[in-house]
Amino acid sequence: MADGTFRNPLVQVRGLKMHFPIYAGILRRKVGDVKAVDGVSFDIFEGETLGLVGESGCGKSTVGRALLRLYEPTDGSVVIDGQDIATLSPDALRKKRPTMQMVFQDPQASLNPRMTVAAIIGEPLDEHTGWDDAKKTARVYELMDQVGLNRRFANRYPHEFSGGQRQRIGIARALALNPKFIVCDEPIAALDVSIQAQVVNLLEDLQDRLGLTYLFISHDLSMVRHIADRVAVMYLGRIAELSPRDALYARPLHPYAQALLSAVPEADPGREATRQRIILTGDVPSPANPPKGCTFCTRCPKVMPHCREIEPKLAEVEPGRFVACHLFTDNTAGGHASSGPEVREHNQQGELS
Amino acid sequence: MPDGASPVLEVRGLKTVFRTRGGEIHAVNSVSFHLRPGELLGVVGESGSGKSVTMMSLIGLLPSPPAEVRSGEVMLGGRDLLKLAPRELQEVRGAKVGFVFQDPMTSLNPVFTVGNQIMEPLMKHMGLTKAQAETRAAELLTLVGIPDARKRLKSYPHQFSGGMRQRVMIAIALACDPDVLIADEPTTALDVTIQAQIIELVKDLRQKLGMAIVWITHDLGVIAGIADRVMVMYGGQVVEQAPVKELFANPQHPYTRALLKTVPSLTGERAARLEVIQGQPPILQAEPSACPFRARCPHAFARCEQENPLRRAIDGLPVGKGHDVACHWSAPAAGAQDG
Repeated sequence: MADGTFRNPLVQVRGLKMHFPIYAGILRRKVGDVKAVDGVSFDIFEGETLGLVGESGCGKSTVGRALLRLYEPTDGSVVIDGQDIATLSPDALRKKRPTMQMVFQDPQASLNPRMTVAAIIGEPLDEHTGWDDAKKTARVYELMDQVGLNRRFANRYPHEFSGGQRQRIGIARALALNPKFIVCDEPIAALDVSIQAQVVNLLEDLQDRLGLTYLFISHDLSMVRHIADRVAVMYLGRIAELSPRDALYARPLHPYAQALLSAVPEADPGREATRQRIILTGDVPSPANPPKGCTFCTRCPKVMPHCREIEPKLAEVEPGRFVACHLFTDNTAGGHASSGPEVREHNQQGELS
Repeated sequence: MPDGASPVLEVRGLKTVFRTRGGEIHAVNSVSFHLRPGELLGVVGESGSGKSVTMMSLIGLLPSPPAEVRSGEVMLGGRDLLKLAPRELQEVRGAKVGFVFQDPMTSLNPVFTVGNQIMEPLMKHMGLTKAQAETRAAELLTLVGIPDARKRLKSYPHQFSGGMRQRVMIAIALACDPDVLIADEPTTALDVTIQAQIIELVKDLRQKLGMAIVWITHDLGVIAGIADRVMVMYGGQVVEQAPVKELFANPQHPYTRALLKTVPSLTGERAARLEVIQGQPPILQAEPSACPFRARCPHAFARCEQENPLRRAIDGLPVGKGHDVACHWSAPAAGAQDG
């Protein structure tokens, strides 16, 4: 689907920050923050899949969890289906939970080994509906059918299933309350390649059938190209680039997005032999002490002097394409002055002290 | 590649069995392959395909019990490694064969400095003095691209990042100038940009040092970029083996074909739907009497149930030298698309 088909944002994230305090010393005094997510803004439109990619430690999973308020965000707002999740009272939040669900990375760790499959899938129904047993059982069977699990296995335990089947159990549980929005946090990372495709196809089928909206968090750029409509690339707690899928893979704009895509090996010996790789030097800096200015300035092959001073803001540089990089913002080295009138700035606050 | 050269490593009919309470697991079944000097052999397979167990069996790294190497020959430098006494085998490990494991955190000892761990094989196998070993260790760290090597020798593993730790592992594996380097999923635990760094490093080291490498991975992309030859494993057996370009251009085994199609591509046409390999990999509870892939194979027929296919050459060259496949189903001509 091309960008522009969905214009109704289901999820609106503005200036989301998630800082984890660091305590040290005998008195366990707070000595700093790990700025896991540091001012992230984006929309997810209804029926769309937004891919969220980045390397480990970039904050992509934290975004997913903060979005569903599995963490208490430090700052920012998360509006899902008209309500700001970040400030809802516990009671109101609980009523809201059925609309937003999560599929976790490790199906082994996210399923209770002492519960049967039927109990696992039915637990959200126990919690959120007042249905009688017959109705709940019928719903559990219906869900098992939807995700391709044999009904006969309803009374088995998670350890009796393979990794791919366990992930199906996790998906069925997430679907139980008819959510609108599902955060898929690396749902295929723990699976073998031949099983990954089964789960991804299932997620796509369910999206078509039930009109779901996904945030698909992954480090697998090839799989994100397959499943996502738009893709956000994160680096060190911020979004470097947010673009429609085809545009991003054809011509990444942010230098980090370029390096990331060029690093992915491809199953084609001919192309591999001739491909020019951008090899980044060094490692990702610590999010407890991120560099001043652009967080990518320590590894960027195109770094300029003012990148080390001024933080670039995420701005729309081409229709639908948002990039946080001084190469694209019409800058006069004075990054605080607002750029051209067409450049719509996404408010990405995150001034570092 | 040096085609006529005699292999540095030759494995014939290797069989490894795990004895568990629930019965025997036949993890490796009659695996044969060879490695020529300076060659990089890619071994591809999913978890449970027997790729790691094969390599661990070669140099006696599997705990026994439960593991038992039941038959086979592993020829390295004119000796059969499977017949060596434990002490002789220890000489081979580290000195002749270097090993790089998947997870650099768990394979480095957290309570010793990195310098200590690089120097250990140097003093043990090469009889260097402590001072000599330290100089050599610093050289090795520089070789694998760690700046400020002398100082870094005094650091502990936790003071290194994941990519740096893997560089240290490579330095240890290379310490005694081995003939063969076995790298078991060396980049799987790393991020893509760091993986790219390690792959570049290995390419560079091959140029400089010229050792033969076995690179185990499940990622066909990594293999495409670095391997000379590829061996595809499934259900504890080698199902296909070919030079890298040939394998990607003209895959024969239904499993290889499916594997190539099930992974989405980064460029080129975007498939509306991913190809799926139905079902699950087999659990190898008995010596296979049928093709291990039959239950998931779109082309399976009666014979696949009755008889485990042997590897046969498809290009006239002897099995192992050119392109061979273990499959009863006769594949259509190159380029033809199967259903």
